[in-house]
Amino acid sequence: MSQSAEKAGRKSGFFARLKAGLAKTAQGLSDSIGAIITGRTLDRAMLDQLEEALISADLGLATAEELVEALAKQKLGREVSDEEVRGALAGEIARILLPVARPLALDPANKPHVILVAGVNGTGKTTTIGKLAHQMRAEGRSVMLVAGDTFRAAAVEQLKIWGQRADCAVIARAETGADAAGLAFDAFAEAKAKGTEVLIIDTAGRLQNKAHLMDELKKIDRVLKKLDPSAPHTRLLVLDATTGQNAHNQVEVFKEAVKIDGLVMTKLDGTAKGGVVVALAKRFGLPIVAIGVGEAIDDLRPFEAEAFSRALLGLS
Amino acid sequence: MFDSLTNRLNAAFERLTRRGALSEADVTEGLREVRVALLEADVALSVVKDFVAQVKEKAIGAEVLRSVTPGQQIIKLVHDHLVEMLGEDESEFELAVEPPAVILMAGLQGSGKTTTSAKLALRLLRQRKSRCLLASLDTRRPAAMEQLAVLGKQAGIDVLPIVAGQNAIAIAKRAHETARLEGYDVVILDTAGRLHVDEELMDEVAAVHAATRPAETLLVADALTGQDAVNVARQFKARLPVTGIVLTRIDGDGRGGAALSMRAVTGCPIKLIGVGEKLDALEAFHPAGIASRILGMGDIVSLVEKAQATVDHKEAERLAAKVQKGAFDLDDLAKQIQQMKKMGGMDGLMGLLPGVGKVKKQLAAAKVDDSMLARQLAIIQSMTKAERRNPKVLNGSRRRRIASGSGTTIQEVNRLLKQFQQMSDMVKKVGKMGMKGMLRGLPAGALPPGFPRGGLS
Repeated sequence: MSQSAEKAGRKSGFFARLKAGLAKTAQGLSDSIGAIITGRTLDRAMLDQLEEALISADLGLATAEELVEALAKQKLGREVSDEEVRGALAGEIARILLPVARPLALDPANKPHVILVAGVNGTGKTTTIGKLAHQMRAEGRSVMLVAGDTFRAAAVEQLKIWGQRADCAVIARAETGADAAGLAFDAFAEAKAKGTEVLIIDTAGRLQNKAHLMDELKKIDRVLKKLDPSAPHTRLLVLDATTGQNAHNQVEVFKEAVKIDGLVMTKLDGTAKGGVVVALAKRFGLPIVAIGVGEAIDDLRPFEAEAFSRALLGLS
Repeated sequence: MFDSLTNRLNAAFERLTRRGALSEADVTEGLREVRVALLEADVALSVVKDFVAQVKEKAIGAEVLRSVTPGQQIIKLVHDHLVEMLGEDESEFELAVEPPAVILMAGLQGSGKTTTSAKLALRLLRQRKSRCLLASLDTRRPAAMEQLAVLGKQAGIDVLPIVAGQNAIAIAKRAHETARLEGYDVVILDTAGRLHVDEELMDEVAAVHAATRPAETLLVADALTGQDAVNVARQFKARLPVTGIVLTRIDGDGRGGAALSMRAVTGCPIKLIGVGEKLDALEAFHPAGIASRILGMGDIVSLVEKAQATVDHKEAERLAAKVQKGAFDLDDLAKQIQQMKKMGGMDGLMGLLPGVGKVKKQLAAAKVDDSMLARQLAIIQSMTKAERRNPKVLNGSRRRRIASGSGTTIQEVNRLLKQFQQMSDMVKKVGKMGMKGMLRGLPAGALPPGFPRGGLS
């Protein structure tokens, strides 16, 4: 991201930025719903079309059907306006998302509070960590990063650059293929000794159906407990908003492996609608602690159910 | 989570007993299930609609064959049409231009462009003996250039030296010039990940294209992509003359609907698929395999390929000769088990098999997993050479010794020996009767070694 864009980004307020990030998303969905509902009696054909609009936003077939059925119960056969239908749908979605819109909670009793970040390859783990570290530094906390992706070429260098940008220490080993669990253990011990407040551990991307890679993740989780039985205190799964229904499998398997405590959804600044979070919220109820809306260091936002749902449906 | 489409279609057609041509009502009923399956596989809605309409046209009035159910008939129609839409089997690269031929890699952030660039260079080197030069135009993501440099080193491919401060277009021109002067056949340009709606960056990649006139422009996309696949594909195609698609992370457990969406909206062939993290994990695209997977039917073609790639042919011939003589021993069984482990173990194999959901559950219930393969191997390895060659000598005390030596139980040892007995009986039959006998005894032979027969019935 260029300097000027970064500056421009910093100037605008939260709501404007979230809206900008979701604008294209909202545009697509609201256009299609706008085209469907034109102030007439809500009938089955219109409901089918509404369902399709939701499916196109990656909400998934089952969730889309349920939402539309709920709408049908309230309004089938009634005279409806565009605004009314969108409002009702947004209300339903917000109702589902409200319980999971919970920001990352750091417990100051933990010295350090250990955050383990996992996910499939290319979802944006390292970038998210850079942004998280920046936020926490801005709040005046001491932060240490661990370059636990010892597999991917130059992943360590990538995290080091984020460490510089966020002004925090990065613990890494020089050789690729180093034991990530051993590194995490050592870094934890070092952070403890230094009295660092937050320790964020990056991990290599892994597809959830590779059993040996999931075992490796479990091992990282396990060795941290040797120093503190309650660690890691927060395990985050980073999901890519462009991912479709496979997100279900991702959450299910990662959750089984290391008991995920929260989700981060990235890349919401494109046209991907990230609607799968609605289905995930219903099924797993895991907190969505943040969303990524760009490549700049401050492009990490809290997830706000109401704003997300309304923006998703093109309402302000 | 997903039941196989075949099962669902069969259920939908259960009440339908009459034969003859498929009526419109039958087809409509069946295609509703197809629509659900395609949407669950992340095929974009607009593509699903077109697809279902086309299949409907083909299906109405089609004769139901005697030997199949209407459900199977529709599956076949759907599968065939899917294969047809996914396109030709192997689409070759068009690199027959005045060297160096430029290949431009583009796509969203995190789709796997850099890894794919290195894999592609290695593939071209191995298959065509092309000398490739890799160049990273990614001036944005931290350490992206270093990543390509490291990958190039691992693959033994030259990478354009990094010059700090140069913009993407300048690097592209420098790469082209270097390749021309130094006699490279191919230059692969790895670009920064960009959103298809980012005007500034789409302009940049279009400018790179104009400056280097690539022979191939590849859109790299994640096979796990959802409904947005159509927007991405359409907008990249609108800004760049894309010549082919590379789908990455096919080795995940996604259903791969993005393949159909992207192919349908761009008309561009899917040229390659990324199947793993290793640098040689880039393969040709087979529509039949992906079609089965989109429909939730497993990927038999890939299974066969995988078997071909990992099975040691000399070893297989030696085994066949032994089978001919009816002399199959426990050493051979051990080799079979090792072979299975090499093919990715139970999990790896199961992921490729059709009707996985159900079998997987049964296997889990019967505790058949990779640890069982490992235990069976341990049992065989705890036997003496003589015992392995002639298991008849295994009396109670020997079995007890083997169980404690391998850290298993006598029951497990007995189970293994019984299984071995069944296999060697079958092997003897085959030895006597040749292939025909093998086919007659198929219920036993259809299972790979290591499967307890009781656990599957």
